[in-house]
Formats: sequence, C-alpha cells, structure tokens
Amino acid sequence: MPFADRLAERYEVIQPVHPGFAGTPIPEHFDNIQDLIFLYLDLIDELNLENTILAGFSMGGWLAAEIAAINTKRFSKLVLVDSVGIKPGGPFDRDIADVFAISPNEHTRISWHDSSKAPDPRNMNDEELQIFASDRIAHGLYTWEPYMHNPKLQYRLHRIDIPTLLIWGEGDQVVKPSYGEAFRDLISSSRMVVIPDAGHSPHVEQPEAFINHFLEFAF
Amino acid sequence: MKTWFFTEDAYPNLPDDESYESIRVNLPNKHFDPVLGADLFNMYLDIWAAADEMGLEIMLNEHHQTPTCVLPAAPIALGVLARETKEARLLILGNPIVNRKQPIRVAEEMAYIDVLSRGRLECGFVRGVPYEIAPANAYPYRGSEKLWEAHDLIMKAWTHHEGPFNFEGRWFHARQVNIWPRPYQQPHPPVWVTMGSAGSAAQVAQRKHVGAVFLAGYPNIRRLFDSYRNGYFQTHGEEAPLDRLAYAAIVHVGKNEKEAEKGAEKLLWYIRSNKVAPQFNNPPGYHPPEVAANLIRGPRPGEPNRRDPRLETQLSRGNVFSGTPDQVFQQLKHFWEYSGGFGHLLLMGQAGFMTYDETMSSMDLFAKEVYPRLKELTATYDPDAMKELRSASPDVEGIDMSLLGSEFIR
Repeated sequence: MPFADRLAERYEVIQPVHPGFAGTPIPEHFDNIQDLIFLYLDLIDELNLENTILAGFSMGGWLAAEIAAINTKRFSKLVLVDSVGIKPGGPFDRDIADVFAISPNEHTRISWHDSSKAPDPRNMNDEELQIFASDRIAHGLYTWEPYMHNPKLQYRLHRIDIPTLLIWGEGDQVVKPSYGEAFRDLISSSRMVVIPDAGHSPHVEQPEAFINHFLEFAF
Repeated sequence: MKTWFFTEDAYPNLPDDESYESIRVNLPNKHFDPVLGADLFNMYLDIWAAADEMGLEIMLNEHHQTPTCVLPAAPIALGVLARETKEARLLILGNPIVNRKQPIRVAEEMAYIDVLSRGRLECGFVRGVPYEIAPANAYPYRGSEKLWEAHDLIMKAWTHHEGPFNFEGRWFHARQVNIWPRPYQQPHPPVWVTMGSAGSAAQVAQRKHVGAVFLAGYPNIRRLFDSYRNGYFQTHGEEAPLDRLAYAAIVHVGKNEKEAEKGAEKLLWYIRSNKVAPQFNNPPGYHPPEVAANLIRGPRPGEPNRRDPRLETQLSRGNVFSGTPDQVFQQLKHFWEYSGGFGHLLLMGQAGFMTYDETMSSMDLFAKEVYPRLKELTATYDPDAMKELRSASPDVEGIDMSLLGSEFIR
C-alpha cells in the first residue's frame, strides 16, 4: 500500500496479513472473526506493542474495533477506515451491501469512485487469480454470518477510550457514510472525516487526502 | 439395473432470459403463477405415480429459489408419494444436510416417510450445488466435513434406540437426541451420497453407501467410479457390488428417431435454461481456490463450452441417451461398459415443457423395451470380465467436464 510507505517515513509500520489472505493457509481450527481477534491479541502481546496507533480498513476496521473494545491499554489512537462490524438498522435493513451476492461489475461499481482503480481479474496471471480467489474464501469465512458484523459489538464500543478517527470515502456504497456516522456515535472519543471522490478504499483513490488526515490525527 | 424416474419439477413459463440476470436465486417470484403451479405440481405427482405402475423406482430432489425446480422441500412430495404409490422404492437425492441447520429434523422426516411407506425409503445426502448457498445463507467452506458430521449424527439418531444420546460436534449440537419414530428398515434405510470428486467418492465407498454421479459423462465417469471402487476395495477388501454405484442422465425414448430427437430437445431445456450469475455459481468457500479462479477467469480460448446444449454434444458426452429403444439400449450399454458398470440408472425423463403424454410415451417405451434388456445386461456383470472389457477400451480424450457435473445436483 503506497500510503503505508508514506507512513513508514515517520513510523514503524506493522502490516500483518490475515491468515487465508495473500496465499497463506487458513488454520484448521479457524471458523470466524473471533479466531482472528484472538490471533491478533496474541500477536500484540508477542510484539509487546505500546503506545501504538491501531488502524484497520473495512473488515480490518471491524477487527481493530473489536480489539480496542477488549482493551485499549497498548494503543494510543484508533483509526477506522470504511469499517464494517456493527448493525445499526433492523432485520430488514441491508446496512452493508451483500458483496457476495452481486455481480463483479456491481461490486466494482459500489466499491469505487473511479472504477478503473479496481483490481481486474482479467489482467491477472494464474497465480494472482488464485490468490484473488483464496482471498475471497478467507473473506467469506470471517464475515459470513452474522454478515460483516457482531451484534454484540455496539454494546462494547463504549469501552474504547482513546482518540479515534473514522475516515470514510464519500462515495462508498458498501458501507455508506451514514453507516460511519452510526459507528462514530457509538465511540464517544471519536470524530469522522469524509473524503470526496473516493469509495470504499479512500487510501487508494485519494492517497494524498488520506495521508493528510491520518498524519494530522496521528500527531 | 434399477431405474429411478425423476424430474426436477420445473416451472418453465418464464420471461425471455435476456430479461433477467440469473434463473437461480434472484429471479423475482412474481413470474410464478400459483394457478399454473398447481397444475404442474399435480402433473408431476401423477407422473411419479405412473412410474410406480410401470415398475420403475422413484427419485426426487430439491432446489431453492429457482424455477428450474419448484420443489423446495422434497420430503413433503415424498410423503405424498409414500401414500400414492405401492411398490416403488422412494429415493430422495437428496437432503441438503450441509445447508439445513437441523440434522435431527432430517432424521425425523426420513424416519416418518420410511414408516409410512413400510420401508420403501432410500435416503440421499448431498452437499448441494453452489447456487444453493445464497438461499441457505450457509457458508460452504469445509462443506464436505459438515456433510459427514451431519451424516454421523443422523445415522446415530436412526440406529440408537436406548434413549437420549449426546452430540456436540464442530457444527451441529444436540444434547438429548431420541427421535420418534425410528425408521421402518433396520438398521436404517439405504443411504446414498452424491460424488463430485475422486476424494468424495472414496469417502462414500468407505461407508458402503451408494455413490451417485450426475452428468459426469464419458470424460469423468471412470475417474469417479474408479475412485469409489478403489476406495471400497481398500477399505473392505472386496470388490464394490454393482448396486453401490448410480449414474444420472437425461433419457428419452421415441418410436422413431425423429420423435426421440424432438423429445430430447425438450429435455435439454434443463441445460439450456440454467443461466446462473457468477456470484451464485462461485460463492466464496464452495469451490477450492483453483476451481474458483478458473470460474472467475472464464473459459480459456478454445476450451469447450461445458454447457453446450446441442443434442449431438450431450449425446456424445454421455449426458443424454436418446433415440429408438434399440439406440437407447446400445448407448446405455456402451456407457455402462465404458464406466466399469453401475447398478442404478437415475433417469431424468421430464424437463421443461415436456407434457404428461410425451413423458408417458417415452417412459412406457423405456419400461417395455429398454429396461428388460438393461436388467439382463447387469445380470451378466462379472468384475473380471468387466476389467478386460475396459482395458480394451481407451479413455475418451478428456475435456474437463468436472464443473458441469458439479453444477448440477451434488
């Protein structure tokens, strides 16, 4: 991620890969996001992190919010980017687009302000395509049911007591800015910024604006 | 050879397929007219009842959220047929136990049908096709493990008679299992499981269940049946009996070639109409990564169209058998010998717009002129002679049809 390179000019950046992504195996006992949360609790202890900014994107934002809701003592700040994880609406509301039940074109349309920035399987070689397919499997494993959220999380987010920034792409239609506002309202120490001309991945579509918001908050 | 008549209970009166994205999962049910549906449901039950009278066995299956099969709860129709038929064995192939959240309920439904029919139930378990995932909302990853866990629970529910037992598995939990009724057949009804890969075939063989293969055709049948036979031999130290293997195909018998061709074309609606959106055909976790990647990429240049609906293609692949009684017998004999033999033919004899009369005409010709010869053929089965026959016939040059098979019943 280019923005991570920018951050690395000032910070030590730890960019872990969730098991199952980028060609890594899914551990035999893994069933859902709980397994990922506890893996990261182990990792954070192992690295003995202190005074660290915790940041997550989309599903990773959900993960970061869960970790911070358990305990914030190792972290100084929290950044959630177009995060999933909560269910603000009722049973009939589709709060989070069902990305597994829409066509690839529709998926691109709702995820990107500029669809030419979307990864395109037609340009991938066999190995890249297999990783793309494996990533979807892991993504499904962690998010399938309850879909992309933990019904309990909204009752736990009040425990987050560190400064928190929510960064949202204005054109995100996977989780709209109004979803981000609902998330923000559950964390009292938070504020939210919306980046124009960006969808679900503002760090990719508007890296300059993104890095500026991030650094301003981090200092 | 036992022959099992089946139809998927289609609702074929649909708008132009250019007007919708997918026949599976998201086609609005405003296109279903319940009055016409009532006619169709009764016609399908009549056809099955007629199959019983013709000396054929009966097979049902179920799908969800699709007009290709408007029977979303096969046990209900099977319950009707348990009363309306007298002789036929009643095969459900099958219960989608990976997607159904209550295996105990499946055990109960099956036990009821077995008792009601006085022991005529044959109970299939299936993983289900990929486009069943969205309707079931069931994550398909580790589907095979889930299938066997649910299977183990159902088998024990059927065979344990001394009060409640405990089951706390990875996916299914039931702490006081004690079903009423228990099955009529002892120790339990015959069990069938569909096989889509060499690995799944070996697992079915280890349990001595009937292994069923759908539309694998010449390109895949040897690999699947051989895996079953090898798995059976390795586990049990003896050759797999012929009645442990089943093959499902589309069959139409006509008085003459022209009539047969017309009927077969009608049945090919089943393949022609199966327009499935990629998101439902390739849900994450259903296919292994290499297969999922192939589906995302689409066919490579020059790759054959797996769902080529032309009759000549499907005939040559061994997915369709159609012609005069002589021709159908010869086609089936050739495939049977090529495959190494099987004891059950699952005969899809109605699909799409095929009428009751057209279906009856073909079934009657099959029952009178083809079936007796098939029974004679299988009565001569000798594993050693079959091996010789097989080694004299080389493998059909392989187009990979595995995905076609996997898209159907599983």
